[in-house]
Amino acid sequence: MMQLPCPWCGPRNVTEFRHHGPHSPRPEVEPASVEQWHRYLYLQENPCGPVEERWYHSAGCRRFISITRDTYTNATQPGEHP
Amino acid sequence: MESGGAVQSRHSNRPGSGRTSRRRTRRAPQPRYSAGRLLSKGLTKADWPKVWRHHDLKPRYDVVIIGGGLHGLATAYYLAAYHGVRNIAVLDKGYLGGGGSGRNTAIVRSNYLTPEGVRFYDRSLKLYENLASELNFNVMFSQRGHLTLAHNDGGLRTMRWRAEVNKVQGVDSEVIGPEEIKKLVPSMDTSAQARYPILGALYHPPGGIIRHDAVVWGYARAAAGLGVHLHQETEVTGIDVRHGRVTGVRTTRGDIATGTVVNCTAGWATLISEMAGVEMPVTTSPLQAAVTEPVKPFLDTVVVSGTLHVYVSQTDRGELVFGASVDPFTSYSVRGSLEFVEGLASNVLKLMPGLSKMRLLRQWAGLCDMTPDYSPIMGPTSVEGFFVDVGWGTYGFKAGPVAGEAMAECISTGRTPQIIAHFGLDRFRSGRLVGEKGAAAVGH
Repeated sequence: MMQLPCPWCGPRNVTEFRHHGPHSPRPEVEPASVEQWHRYLYLQENPCGPVEERWYHSAGCRRFISITRDTYTNATQPGEHP
Repeated sequence: MESGGAVQSRHSNRPGSGRTSRRRTRRAPQPRYSAGRLLSKGLTKADWPKVWRHHDLKPRYDVVIIGGGLHGLATAYYLAAYHGVRNIAVLDKGYLGGGGSGRNTAIVRSNYLTPEGVRFYDRSLKLYENLASELNFNVMFSQRGHLTLAHNDGGLRTMRWRAEVNKVQGVDSEVIGPEEIKKLVPSMDTSAQARYPILGALYHPPGGIIRHDAVVWGYARAAAGLGVHLHQETEVTGIDVRHGRVTGVRTTRGDIATGTVVNCTAGWATLISEMAGVEMPVTTSPLQAAVTEPVKPFLDTVVVSGTLHVYVSQTDRGELVFGASVDPFTSYSVRGSLEFVEGLASNVLKLMPGLSKMRLLRQWAGLCDMTPDYSPIMGPTSVEGFFVDVGWGTYGFKAGPVAGEAMAECISTGRTPQIIAHFGLDRFRSGRLVGEKGAAAVGH
């Protein structure tokens, strides 16, 4: 089974995690324009290759972690975000 | 070529939706397939002629369709057959029908949840019913009935909702109880002791299965017969856009000048659209499926369980085809996984315990282009001459004929046909989403 490198638990099976997709911070409510909301809600990156994403270790440490994954090969390594 | 994104055909364009007024412009010049011909070929043992051939890439095409699957080929066919546009290239980086068109589980149905969806997929079902004679190619459509099981109150409520929406649109669809289900599928465990007892099902008699390769080959043969160039192993590397309109396509086999490009690339849709500078609210996820060894015919309906994330049908060869939900994360990898077949097998046995001794023959995966509302994205974009027919998610195969028909009309006339008016890319900005997730065969 594919494993993800959790910085807290070590390599764990991918079925323990929930995928949250590429890092995309939510815009501030007040100054954000319609365009920014549109981008945040709908236009997720969908690259064929390496991408840094958030995963939630729901059946483990229950923390959000950052992982760089090649979406073509599914090879993973720890991400740069905390 | 002219303004408005429409492709000028050699024949005059017929206005309106064209659903009743269309005529074929010319019959395919290929020899027709018939029983008599089959007999004579069998007696003389003569080879069948090739139905499409290799062409050199021309420097200019009126329409370039990217993606040689069902949608691309159907679009090419309807453009050539009904709109008189013959100077068309269909490009595929692999072989025809090698993507989602050859990887789906070949189920056709129209019991959707939204009126827009029901209308659209029902038109597709009607086209499928006449496809064999339309294309002069046996597509082996078997309208054996389609059962979507409900294992809890919420599921049953959605089934009733869908049944009512379907009936209003004239689609044959009703909710039936466990006794009737048992009569249709004796091998299914409908007892109250089952792990997930069956409370009822949405029964859709016109639904069924079809030979998906035959549909692809039928469209390819018919399109090639009308002069469409099918270019396999031709990967698109770039799309030229000047002053907001498409001017050409760059490929691994050379450059093409064109004013109209259609993106029919499903899982790779965002990568192709990015080449034209168009952003798409689409993500790519694999969907895995599996097939067993062939056995005697015992299952003559399509059985779907959303709760158990599985759909089952038996092919004409006797194999059981199992489909499932999309994988739980985005990816372009089409490698199968062991945890998938383990989960699939355990879920199938909860429905049909008698299958416990059957062996799986193979498993595979295809790429699904998922949209936020589970409805497709079709029609023109902000780049003039760049059309999209993407965002099919897990519904692409059933929609092939109507998508081809509607896209052909859209490209030829420059107007978006009513049947796809709600599926435009602009709906994500205006907020008029067409939520079709409730009609998904299984929970995704």
